[in-house]
Amino acid sequence: MAMHVREWIVAFTVLVAVSTGAPFLTPGAEGQVFRINNMVEPESLDPGAVTGVPEHRILSNLFEGLTTTDPKDLSPRPGMATSWKISKDGLVYTFKLRDARWTDGKPVTAHDFVYAWERVLNPKMGAKYAQQLFYLKNGEDYNKSRIIDFSQVGVKALDDQTLQVTLRCPTAYFLDLTSSDTLYPVPRWAIEAHGKDWGKPGKIVSNGPFRLVSWVPQRELVLEKNPQHWDAGRVKLQRVVFLPTDDVNTAYKQFLAGESDWVPQVPTSQIDAARSRPESYVTPYLGTYYIRFNVTKPPVNDVRVRKALSMAVDRESLTKFVTKAGEIPTSAFVPAGMRGYEGVKSLSFDVAAAKTLLAEAGYQDGKGFPKVELLYNTNELHRVVTQAVQQMWKENLGIQVDLVNVEWKVYLARQNSLDYQISRAGWIGDYVDPNTFLDLWVTGGGNNQTGWSNKRYDDLIGQAACKIVNPKDRMRALQEAEKILVVDDLPIMPLFTYVNKGMLSRWVKGWYPNILDMHPLKYISLER
Amino acid sequence: MLGYILRRVAGFAPILFVMVSLSFFMMRLAPGGPFDQERALPDQVRANIEARYHLEEPIWRQYLRYLGDVARGDLGPSFRYPDRSVNELLSLGFPVSVTLGLCALGVALALGGTAGILAGLRRNAFVDYLTMSFALFGVSVPNFVLGPILMLVFALGLRWLPVAGWGTWRHLILPSVTLGTFYAAYVARLTRAGMLEVIGQDFIRTARAKGLREATVVLRHALPGAILPVVTYLGPASAAVLTGSVVVETIFSIPGIGRYFVGSALNRDYTMVLGTVVFYSVLLLVFNLIVDVLYAYLDPRVQVQ
Repeated sequence: MAMHVREWIVAFTVLVAVSTGAPFLTPGAEGQVFRINNMVEPESLDPGAVTGVPEHRILSNLFEGLTTTDPKDLSPRPGMATSWKISKDGLVYTFKLRDARWTDGKPVTAHDFVYAWERVLNPKMGAKYAQQLFYLKNGEDYNKSRIIDFSQVGVKALDDQTLQVTLRCPTAYFLDLTSSDTLYPVPRWAIEAHGKDWGKPGKIVSNGPFRLVSWVPQRELVLEKNPQHWDAGRVKLQRVVFLPTDDVNTAYKQFLAGESDWVPQVPTSQIDAARSRPESYVTPYLGTYYIRFNVTKPPVNDVRVRKALSMAVDRESLTKFVTKAGEIPTSAFVPAGMRGYEGVKSLSFDVAAAKTLLAEAGYQDGKGFPKVELLYNTNELHRVVTQAVQQMWKENLGIQVDLVNVEWKVYLARQNSLDYQISRAGWIGDYVDPNTFLDLWVTGGGNNQTGWSNKRYDDLIGQAACKIVNPKDRMRALQEAEKILVVDDLPIMPLFTYVNKGMLSRWVKGWYPNILDMHPLKYISLER
Repeated sequence: MLGYILRRVAGFAPILFVMVSLSFFMMRLAPGGPFDQERALPDQVRANIEARYHLEEPIWRQYLRYLGDVARGDLGPSFRYPDRSVNELLSLGFPVSVTLGLCALGVALALGGTAGILAGLRRNAFVDYLTMSFALFGVSVPNFVLGPILMLVFALGLRWLPVAGWGTWRHLILPSVTLGTFYAAYVARLTRAGMLEVIGQDFIRTARAKGLREATVVLRHALPGAILPVVTYLGPASAAVLTGSVVVETIFSIPGIGRYFVGSALNRDYTMVLGTVVFYSVLLLVFNLIVDVLYAYLDPRVQVQ
């Protein structure tokens, strides 16, 4: 039964024809259809289960919290709550809810918030971002099963339209948190009816300005305008398509070919070409690129060595010639642009002073400096940055540092177990307040990972978090803490402030640059 | 014949058992876990998550639990995509990977077969050198180089085809060519060798002596013998285009199972990694079986026992 080549070809042709009868991707050109390269497949559409930026880009339009964010400066604006009252001691927030509807027509009530928050804090749920609700009175204890009775936790529905929240400490940025995914209300009846499938097309019930149309994993996710939303009059976009292209080079090409209207990343290797195009944008980001020292291991257990290493790096050249996207050189840890926070002036580039410090530490001209490794995870940007730093240390201090490249999870594990000497790192803030950067470094903090501990620093952070109500005094305490961090002790040496580097089609309006690169879709329109 | 197939299928179980066991423990030996991330989780939150997925149990119990689930065909929940099971993700991705794989094989057979026949018939002529040079090129250029080049030329330059994505036949062309080129080159070399061997044999001379047209001689009499090595190769090649589409799926943003394979290993999404390993293992075993059976049909000298 020998088969002819021709028959093979016919068989394959038929198979191809049959298997490609799938419908076209959402057509683009006409109408208010906004296509976003979201860079990764969203992990989930359950507000209680997600933590990431790509998920937030979708969920912040599908759901709505007590507050929403201003598209320009990200300050809190009314959302499900029309107004709120804050008690004098900053502990009790009383939210008045508007008359809003879920997509199935049921009213959104204060009970939906209580249910959602209980769900996140419930240890059985295993919510990854439960700590977003540790600000509530007894929230952490409930998550740790130290209390079983949820009525002791600081959230209560006084009636259908009134939600009362009691905090553990006066939290200056609480109204920024109420617009985060974790604090969105969720529909109890839908979750109870569908279990873990409730976040899928046809089953999901949401309350935001957009609703879910379709979601094919790794292919595309489509939202459309929700005509029942209270602010639907403002919404211009009819449809929004999220493309989960993981490969940044492909995503960039998709943008160039007109297959998407916004790509929030540009490949490092293409940065010069990208920046010469009119669609390119570069704006400061709420994130700091820095280097961690393991202060428990020689030679970086000596603060003089750490200072010498920091002062021997020319951050201006690094950002100008190596990273090249307009990153802002800094040796402070909190990025500029925080409302009400004055930055810290840290150590500047000074080779002579660095050499003196190194000599004082016993390594005249780098002689006798032990073998040191600089750890980084696989990534084009990290490779070039660590190479540049290695080169500067060699030229300016005469010391040899070896670069060690490991894959992401190995990198995380080694930092976490202090199995490194020096490592590159980055931190992106969760909310617009210096605390999101500074509370990392308290003694024993999960993200400290340097072995560094300073009593005064811990005190200042603790006071700013819970004791000081006056905003000015609070910022002053945080500033003093940052001075200890980046001027006196240096368990870390910041290099630069990250930037958002993306491409946006010129017909996109109502899109404003901001430090979180967050762009609520209800303000966006397309004018071709 | 049926008995032979049944015996082979029964042999799958111990092989799968070894595969699953090896992968299970190798995965757990890798540093880092599924819930390690840049923002370290508070201890209690981590403990809650681990309890949800039974990760706090002793490793042997997790292993037994997993074996039991796999035996029942349940590959478990994905750690990265908490709302979806591994079965669901694989069943969504598989048809896509199969479509891509078949198209790539089609490209490989059409291009490689034609080139191989021409080269075999015109041995040491210009056509032979030309096609074999292309074959060498095809084998040596990795698909992560070829893919972006094709994208630049046909999607960005000429604007004939989309850059990436999935859904229409136009989305299929570039990835199929990218994936199929390597195999086309291989098929060309195999067909050429097979052709050279068969064309010199007595029955071909007989066919020509009967005065048959050259096309009939080649396609009807020479080809079935000449493509035997290709058929042998087709089994491993089918499995290879399915399991080897990882890079192509990523470059062209195609929603197949290859996307999950590397990603889940890097994410330490244990169940997803094991799920893809089990799935690919079954696939390889089945393909090898099909080839052996097919071979018996094509070559009367081979007897299935």
